[in-house]
Amino acid sequence: MTYILKPQLHHPNLPTNARGFTRRDYEGSVSTLCAGCGHDSISSAIIQAAFELNLPPHRIAKLSGIGCSSKTPDYFMGASHGFNTVHGRMPSVLTGANLANKDLIYLGVSGDGDSASIGLGQFAHAVRRGVNMLYIVENNGVYGLTKGQFSATSDKGSKSKKGVVNHDAGIDLVGLALQLGATYVGRSFSGDKAQLVPLIKAGLAHKGAAFIDVISPCVQFNNHVGSTKSFDYVREHNEAVNRLDLIPAHASIKVDYAPGETVMVTQHDGSVLSLHKLAELYDPSDRAAALGFLQSRQAQGEIVTGLLYVDPEAGDLHDALDTVATPLNALDGAALVPGAKALDAINASLR
Amino acid sequence: MQRTSAWTPDYFHKVVDCQFACPAHTPVPEYIRLIADGRYSDAYMVNWKSNVFPGILGRTCDRPCEPACRRGRVEEEPVAICRLKRVAADNKDDITARLPAPADKSNGKRVAMIGAGPASLTVARDLAPLGYEITLFDGDAKAGGMIRSQIPRFRLPESVIDEEVGYITGLGMTLRLGERIDSLKALLAEGYDAIFIGSGAPRGRDLDLPGREEARANIHIGIDWLSSVSFGHIEKIGRRVIVLGGGNTAMDCCRTSRRLGGEDVKVIVRSGFEEMKASAWEKEDAIHEDIPILNFRVPTAFTHEAGKLTGVWFEVVRAEIDAKGRRKLVPSGEPDEHYDCDDVLVAVGQENAFPWMERGIGMEFDEWDMPKVDTITMQSTIPNVFFGGDAAFGPKNIIWAVAHGHDAAVSIDKFCQGQDVTERPPPDFSLVSQKMGIHEWSYDNDIANDRRYRVPQREKAVVLKDVKMEVELGFDPATGYKEAERCLNCDVQTVFADNLCIECDACEDICPVDCITFTVETDETDLRTRLKAPALNLDQDLYVSGALGTGRVMVKDEDVCLHCGLCAERCPTGAWDMQRFTLEMTHAGAACQSR
Ligand SMILES: Cc1cc2nc3c(=O)[nH]c(=O)nc-3n(C[C@H](O)[C@H](O)[C@H](O)COP(=O)(O)OP(=O)(O)OC[C@H]3O[C@@H](n4cnc5c(N)ncnc54)[C@H](O)[C@@H]3O)c2cc1C
Ligand SMILES: Cc1ncc(C[n+]2csc(CCOP(=O)(O)OP(=O)(O)O)c2C)c(N)n1
Ligand code: SF4
Ligand code: SF4
Ligand code: SF4
Ligand SMILES: [Mg+2]
Repeated sequence: MTYILKPQLHHPNLPTNARGFTRRDYEGSVSTLCAGCGHDSISSAIIQAAFELNLPPHRIAKLSGIGCSSKTPDYFMGASHGFNTVHGRMPSVLTGANLANKDLIYLGVSGDGDSASIGLGQFAHAVRRGVNMLYIVENNGVYGLTKGQFSATSDKGSKSKKGVVNHDAGIDLVGLALQLGATYVGRSFSGDKAQLVPLIKAGLAHKGAAFIDVISPCVQFNNHVGSTKSFDYVREHNEAVNRLDLIPAHASIKVDYAPGETVMVTQHDGSVLSLHKLAELYDPSDRAAALGFLQSRQAQGEIVTGLLYVDPEAGDLHDALDTVATPLNALDGAALVPGAKALDAINASLR
Repeated sequence: MQRTSAWTPDYFHKVVDCQFACPAHTPVPEYIRLIADGRYSDAYMVNWKSNVFPGILGRTCDRPCEPACRRGRVEEEPVAICRLKRVAADNKDDITARLPAPADKSNGKRVAMIGAGPASLTVARDLAPLGYEITLFDGDAKAGGMIRSQIPRFRLPESVIDEEVGYITGLGMTLRLGERIDSLKALLAEGYDAIFIGSGAPRGRDLDLPGREEARANIHIGIDWLSSVSFGHIEKIGRRVIVLGGGNTAMDCCRTSRRLGGEDVKVIVRSGFEEMKASAWEKEDAIHEDIPILNFRVPTAFTHEAGKLTGVWFEVVRAEIDAKGRRKLVPSGEPDEHYDCDDVLVAVGQENAFPWMERGIGMEFDEWDMPKVDTITMQSTIPNVFFGGDAAFGPKNIIWAVAHGHDAAVSIDKFCQGQDVTERPPPDFSLVSQKMGIHEWSYDNDIANDRRYRVPQREKAVVLKDVKMEVELGFDPATGYKEAERCLNCDVQTVFADNLCIECDACEDICPVDCITFTVETDETDLRTRLKAPALNLDQDLYVSGALGTGRVMVKDEDVCLHCGLCAERCPTGAWDMQRFTLEMTHAGAACQSR
């Protein structure tokens, strides 16, 4: 952990975005995580993504649970809304917030313990309801904050720092999210910002439940030989199926790759996902095939990364509930209390 | 691209921009830290060793270090390096016990020095403690050279000159003041083992224009007039004064005039305001004293009536870039202008003059009629005659005179010990880790956000009444501390160990100024464009590691690194370390002798 504040001085040529903000304006307070923690790299990728997307900081809500990963919202976008829930309860608080004000951009940040152990049920329901959010799990295979116990995503056979072998089967959150109906699913690695930043940008732009599993080595408790979440292991077994670029709505589309190798997917908001195929035959619009591909590669010890599934036409919880256009928290007294006559009419219609 | 050969003193020295730019290579961040610590005497001695005149330079230095200061590239203004030196000088204790002791016995070698300015005094300081028998000649009655004769007292009190010149003359030497050398040949015949010529550039240029002769009583050569003021021979000037010229001498002339009765004092200069030779702060001080600076005006004639000067005619010009891209002054076509005045001070340049140096005694001269002097050894074509300061390569400034003095002292020492003067031992250096704990360093790595502090000045109405009253008050210790905290500690270097890096990106992520990039290696030109922040300042080096685990390399652009140590704090493996770089310049004595 670092005691000094990050200096305000910045590079003289630091670019500004369309809102006049520099990347550094999207920073938060200095991280108190262990030096070298993968989570810090993810924070840095989120900062970069928000900067590139010209996001208005005051329109973003960051929610998290408990854990080293869940502490990170403090370390980015210091000018945005934040909520630290109790352990594993971020999804329901996020769902509630989203119901109350659907106009904010919701970013859920969680850990593998927070989401796959104590919070598994919460995770499942937020995803299956299609809450409009980007849900990021910073997955290090351990409970970092409580000193390195195996978490539910730890692979069977993986060794702890002390040499104990994990005998429980690991939960694959990507597989789970696919089964639960997430409409945007990706996996990435904290050490590969070239892949991670566009994934986060497209996830933030996606309407519906977007989920990214980011493998994020815990340098303190899970970065040794025998771990399947170490820098070295992930680098050796990383199999990226595609490279993603997010092309903002109305921007002219230029693609360097040969035709046929690139798939263009236009999202709801008009932004275009330009997907450069790395694995032949991989089709990110086929949910069932994605599941099969993932499982077969996983059996071979590979870690599949990239944009694994996207449904650009997806709707969200508000569509399903057919709520009014105005965010619920902005409805005035007259709209919320329509009066006795309106009540009579409703009652009459139910008789 | 080649891997950075980081383990050479040159690479790290260059990172310390101020020290690198200082002709005497004063360890600036080192003394600034000592000032912040309140260790003024220690800070003074660090300076004294390098630049010999901390109190004088802390008020008058041309400060080549400040435009080089890294702070000036990350915010608006550099650290007030020069005026911090004065803080050390003003607040130190009695340091006489820390000065070298006069040598107990002679080493049998006799060295004569012509001129007792900063160049000669530096040579004398370096050689006297080694046992050299030194004789200092100066035509003036007191030692100090132009520091005493030219620099006005309101910028530099005489007590400071007496103190710092005294530290040197107290080291044991024979002073032959008031004695002008009028023959080098005769001096050579006196059998000195070596002679050092530090006689300066004593001749002020004149302006040979119509009316110059007739109005001579009221037209003065700037440097002659300034020395007459310094020595008390002149105490008054007319009410309306025109100063011709745009250098620092012109600024001293106009400000001095304001104190000797000049009410309507103007500086009129050929060039544009921006191109004037005077330092920005000198111009600022002149303007503050109600002295207008009129630019793009070339004097054409002096007007006079009954043998008395009445004014000056000027042609109005403008700057034009010619076909070869050079700036030229061409007539603007506007009508000529006449300015009335009672006195004119001509400050249009300074020249060397060696009327006392005979031809045919072995001294070779170049095409400009200047003695040929080696730029490294300071040796002339007479092997035992050495030069330094303004006498060597034309008028410069005090800190260059000091730097020449150190180099000449090394040469004289080697020469007198029968060694090859061209063999120059490199400076010694060390790199020492500053780590005290996981996030604790032995230097203050927290970056202050303060903007540059202004040095307080005495009230204008008061200082304009007395030519000897110092204008600047100097920083008080509290402000000195705050200004010192602006220093980025560029001598605390970021040192990278390839074999320890696990490529976690933590350093790249935390760096507040985007210095660090992990990328594939290409040639430098390409690499510079592909960094997290493109490295556009070609004067600043790239620090490039060897191949890391993934095959990439670490590239650090030194340009705007804040030396905040966050990269090292966030590195899980200690691959980055903050190490203090010390450079030990080779001065005369044991270090410069061949081993
Ligand atoms: C008006 C003015 C203001 C200046 N202000 C600054 C300033 O603020 N900061 C700065 O860094 N520099 C300043 N300078 C420049 C600086 O003073 C000189 O660069 C510096 O003093 C040169 O040092 P030196 O040792 O080479 O010679 P000098 O200081 O010129 O000393 C030479 C000495 O040699 C003596 N001498 C010459 N010939 C003989 C002889 N034949 N026999 C015996 N003695 C002889 C002279 O009397 C003189 O004392 C200023 C110069 C002028 C003219
Ligand atoms: C209700 C509750 N149970 C247990 C804990 C103890 N606890 C704190 S963090 C944590 C695990 C966090 O693991 P993860 O989400 O993977 O975060 P990491 O630290 O690895 O990033 C646990 C079990 C708690 N804070 N609250
Ligand atoms: S314990 Fe692990 S997860 Fe937590 S901050 Fe340290 S390295 Fe990161
Ligand atoms: S010391 Fe390290 S973190 Fe700080 S500015 Fe320099 S390279 Fe960046
Ligand atoms: S923080 Fe250290 S280990 Fe990590 S990339 Fe930087 S130098 Fe390498
Ligand atoms: Mg975890």
